[in-house]
Amino acid sequence: MPGEMYRHGGGSEMKKVIMGNHALSYGAMLSRTQVIAAYPITPQTQVVELLSEMCASKTLDAKFIKVESEHSAMAACLGASLAGARTFTATSSQGLALMHELLHWASGGRLPVVMGNINRAMAPGWSIWSDQNDSLSQRDTGWIQFYCASNQEVLDTVIQAFKVSENLYIPSIVVLDAFTLSHTYEVVDIPEQDKVDEYLPAYRPQIRLTPSEPHAFGGLTSPEHYFELRYKLQKDMEKVGALIEETGKEYEKMFGRYLGLVEDYLCVDADLILVTSGTMGFTARVAVDELRKEGIKAGNLRIKVFRPFPFELVRNILKKAQKVAVVDRNISYGHHGIFFQEVKSALYGHVDGLPLFGFITGLGGRDITPSTFKEIALYTLSKNKPEEEIVWIGVKR
Amino acid sequence: MKKRKQANKIIFHSEKEVPLMPMSIGSMLFNKTGAWRNIRPAIELEKCIQCGICWKFCPDVAIFIEKEWPVVDYDYCKGCGICAEECPAKCIAMVEEVK
Repeated sequence: MPGEMYRHGGGSEMKKVIMGNHALSYGAMLSRTQVIAAYPITPQTQVVELLSEMCASKTLDAKFIKVESEHSAMAACLGASLAGARTFTATSSQGLALMHELLHWASGGRLPVVMGNINRAMAPGWSIWSDQNDSLSQRDTGWIQFYCASNQEVLDTVIQAFKVSENLYIPSIVVLDAFTLSHTYEVVDIPEQDKVDEYLPAYRPQIRLTPSEPHAFGGLTSPEHYFELRYKLQKDMEKVGALIEETGKEYEKMFGRYLGLVEDYLCVDADLILVTSGTMGFTARVAVDELRKEGIKAGNLRIKVFRPFPFELVRNILKKAQKVAVVDRNISYGHHGIFFQEVKSALYGHVDGLPLFGFITGLGGRDITPSTFKEIALYTLSKNKPEEEIVWIGVKR
Repeated sequence: MKKRKQANKIIFHSEKEVPLMPMSIGSMLFNKTGAWRNIRPAIELEKCIQCGICWKFCPDVAIFIEKEWPVVDYDYCKGCGICAEECPAKCIAMVEEVK
């Protein structure tokens, strides 16, 4: 760590009890982020609060740009990234929606900005509680999306995200659930700065905005050229999965924790697999343990990387199951839960006849507990095949 | 007419030649915006005081000063009329474009 540990006590012991939001801040600090531009929004506020304090106390040698909106925050990040700086921001819900235009600009401009997003339900009704519709609404903006389940994973993923993004020039969004992760304190192993520096060298872009080599960036692009730019973005996006696995293994070698595309909990011999994302993945594990005690062979597949979608891994893990229940804390109105759509498309044409059940629960921060998963498991086991497009769990009827 | 900076038309034959980011992959020199014009500036040089304000204000860099007199580049002039509006000597008239 550069200088003394900020706010959370000093000393050389690297384990700290921190909230999920501060795990993002520490991740950005250890990554030696050079420019941060952000606008505060509940439940993200502590992320940038701590980063601004780190900048003020010189614990982090970065420029903190205060802006008047999230749109401007992303715009500032894009300019800084184009000039060759490692750039970080964080937001949530309405703030992310306001950034939407510039999210396309970041990926289209191939600027490896890394952003933290705290999953918060979209208004109205005005909500500060968790659901995934904010980040999943940005599905097609060309950003890599990571869904984290613990504070440790948040910190580690920020560092990995910079490595992956800067390697392929694609921006990343690191997502965590409002309150159940953002404001929950957990023990987090904070890696040593020297080792992080070794893992994540300074950002040296191939191309950057510099007066010595003037270029026009993002100008009018005729039909003659635009198509190829998008082709290249997709081709590089297709390399992200393998790079996450590779950099995840490298991270494990150096820090003892593997960072992959999915997390498989007892899926290998499971008859019923519960597919989840974010913190509810850890909740599902508790339910899996309880179900196993009752003699039901359950397993949990937690999808960590949503974009690019890990089709092959998901397919290979799920094909051994008898039944699959996909649990979504989000909805695409007029369709299904969004992870459910993705899982279906991963299996189509590859795995025939596997009954897939789509559940929606926990919207707007309604609690998802182990008993929610037990209810889902029992429902799935009681039917031969899905009878409804969507099964709602927890609606007051 | 003073010669514009030369630019070669960029044509990529393969995606491999296309830069990673949309950067300097076209030139506005090939976009002859003069075709957009409905009215054109006509400069009455007898009244011109050679102040250079039309040259300075033209948003499309379509007015040049040649041997101290303004000349309009009709390949690019969109006919916005800013030069006529700003001219202190009122020597620029916007006249109907005949195509």
